[in-house]
Amino acid sequence: MTDYQVARRPNTLFRNLNSKIASIPMIVTAMVVFLGGTVWTVFYSFTNSKLLPRTTFVGFDQYERLWASERWIVSIQNLAIFGVFALIFSFVIGFVLAAFMDQKIRLENVFRTIFLYPFALSFIVTGLVWQWLLNPDFGVQHVVRSLGWVGFTFNPLYTQSIVIYGILIAALWQGTGLVMVLMLAGLRGIDEDIWKASRVDGIPMVKTYLLIIIPMMRPVFITTLVIVASGIVKVYDLVVAQTSGGPGIASEVPAKYVYDYMFQAQNLGQGFAASTMMLITISIIIIPWAYLEFGGKKRG
Amino acid sequence: MNIRSLAAALAASVTLSFGAAQATDLEVTHWWTSGGEAAAVAELAKAFNATGNKWVDGAIAGSGGTARPIMVSRITGGDPMGATQFNHGRQAEELVQSGLMQNLDEVAAKGKWKEIIRPASLLASCTIDGHIYCAPVNIHSWQWLWLSNDAFKKAGVDVPKNWDEFVKAAPALEKAGIIPLAVGGQPWQAAGAFDVLMVAIAGKDTFHKVFKDKDAKVAAGPEIAKVFKAADDARRMSKGSNVQDWNQATNLVITGKAGGQIMGDWAQGEFAVAGKVAGKDYTCLPGLGVNPIISTGGDAFYFPKLKDADKSKAQAALAETLLAPATQVAFNLKKGSLPVRGDVDLAAANDCMKKGLDILAKGNVIESTDQLLSADSQKQKEDLFSQFFADPSITPEAAQKKFAEIISKAD
Repeated sequence: MTDYQVARRPNTLFRNLNSKIASIPMIVTAMVVFLGGTVWTVFYSFTNSKLLPRTTFVGFDQYERLWASERWIVSIQNLAIFGVFALIFSFVIGFVLAAFMDQKIRLENVFRTIFLYPFALSFIVTGLVWQWLLNPDFGVQHVVRSLGWVGFTFNPLYTQSIVIYGILIAALWQGTGLVMVLMLAGLRGIDEDIWKASRVDGIPMVKTYLLIIIPMMRPVFITTLVIVASGIVKVYDLVVAQTSGGPGIASEVPAKYVYDYMFQAQNLGQGFAASTMMLITISIIIIPWAYLEFGGKKRG
Repeated sequence: MNIRSLAAALAASVTLSFGAAQATDLEVTHWWTSGGEAAAVAELAKAFNATGNKWVDGAIAGSGGTARPIMVSRITGGDPMGATQFNHGRQAEELVQSGLMQNLDEVAAKGKWKEIIRPASLLASCTIDGHIYCAPVNIHSWQWLWLSNDAFKKAGVDVPKNWDEFVKAAPALEKAGIIPLAVGGQPWQAAGAFDVLMVAIAGKDTFHKVFKDKDAKVAAGPEIAKVFKAADDARRMSKGSNVQDWNQATNLVITGKAGGQIMGDWAQGEFAVAGKVAGKDYTCLPGLGVNPIISTGGDAFYFPKLKDADKSKAQAALAETLLAPATQVAFNLKKGSLPVRGDVDLAAANDCMKKGLDILAKGNVIESTDQLLSADSQKQKEDLFSQFFADPSITPEAAQKKFAEIISKAD
């Protein structure tokens, strides 16, 4: 009798058993490495660990010191400026480039390769290349001046107020190609009939893009957003290669603060407190979004 | 794949590793990778190999800031090397306290380290709770002003003999299109330059009160205010040095694009590689020509605890070799640093090194800030001074207030 019932309504735990077994290693990794590591980090951020972790609790001391530190505040501001502009520009430029590519132009493959090529370079190489390009004594400023415009000044990397834009330029140069390729794939996924229909209705092309195509590309936009945003939060190597945080502390970013204090200053507690703050910031953004996206009713 | 040949290859690799194990291999990690430095390390390796052991070189590129985290995580992560470089002082303090380092008391007693090592503060930095844990190999001092004779000739002024003359000569240099003072963008350069100014202008006692006793009142007082004024001058003079690394800044001096640089005696190696002669092409002023005192930081080797008894024996042999007179001379001549023992002869030393030896013999020495402050406090200081040198809108008074705050919390 019971056997019969089980056979009729199989336990959901054993459905697709093979795939569930196959994903056990990843589940364990996620639990132990990601979740376990996170809990461990948060736990030790309340201690005064120096070079080695130790369990002498100091309450919120590390966090007080963190938020009193000018360098941390500058880091957060830089990340905000860098993040907002990097998102906007890489999306706008990436989409426009993709839309042009989508006009069935000649030599599309060549252009696509050229635009995507910078993405094949690491951030360190990108940073070094742009360090030279933006150096006032060798780079753009020098070239323009030697062409005759003697008063020309373009020196972002050694000017405190605009140094973060110098880094932004390099980041956009490196990352926009990827956004373009992702968008292009999205555009190619749009049914040809949609275009025909909008042409029949006499809708201008720009309007078709904005009102019909972009809403249809929602999944592509979300994928791109996740990829670009995670790249922004962890930006580190680009800064190290281009300015190593300078001039002064003007181009510091949170990830660099974490590394410097954990390893160079041999103060694990302070580094853990900073990384916990980074985690909280990301959670504040991600959790409401994930709730809207995956929670509630499924959209059609 | 032929299984038999695979087995043969495996067997061969086993015998190979046996063969190598007889002369004990010892991996030594360090961050000496520039031309002169590598040549100096080769001297150490040669001396160690002569004892019948084998030096396995573990150079880590990218200076101490990059190398130290790697070394520390290897030791704490349970994969210790045979020996590793650190700077004298407190960088390895916690590793010693948690019992990860080999005690060198026996080797030190045998080699009479207490008598031969000068200044005594070097050995004191290696001593924790009455036991010796490291072998000092050289002395590097920060307190030098390097001047390009060509640059001053071009500007039409005499080569300065001290800091004040240098500050006075700055406008003439600027008029000739020369940056008076080269300062690279790396944070430790600005912090180091300030420490040098402090010793030269405020003197030895104030330096000790601030960094040794961590007296925040002195740090906020009038003596240090004078130092900040000088740092303000230095900041103005360094405007326009658009370089990052210290050796690029030194290169500005070598090529006469900058008048001078405040940098440690390791800069001498760069002048030597460029074929410049001390006294003719460049001038060195210890203690900025004001107060000839040098700090005695430098490098030392630490020996992580190993389970293998043979390796422990090899570690002792290496510690002994490092302090041997012949090794000290060969190594330090190539490195451009001063030997840690006073009883060796450095006839081949150049002008600047001789000046340094002279000051050392007179005992005009202080401990380096690496020996006095924890890495944490050092980092905060670097953040402050790199910002101070980069942002002219910070007044010396505001910076001094922050400095006093760091000192009051320093450990």
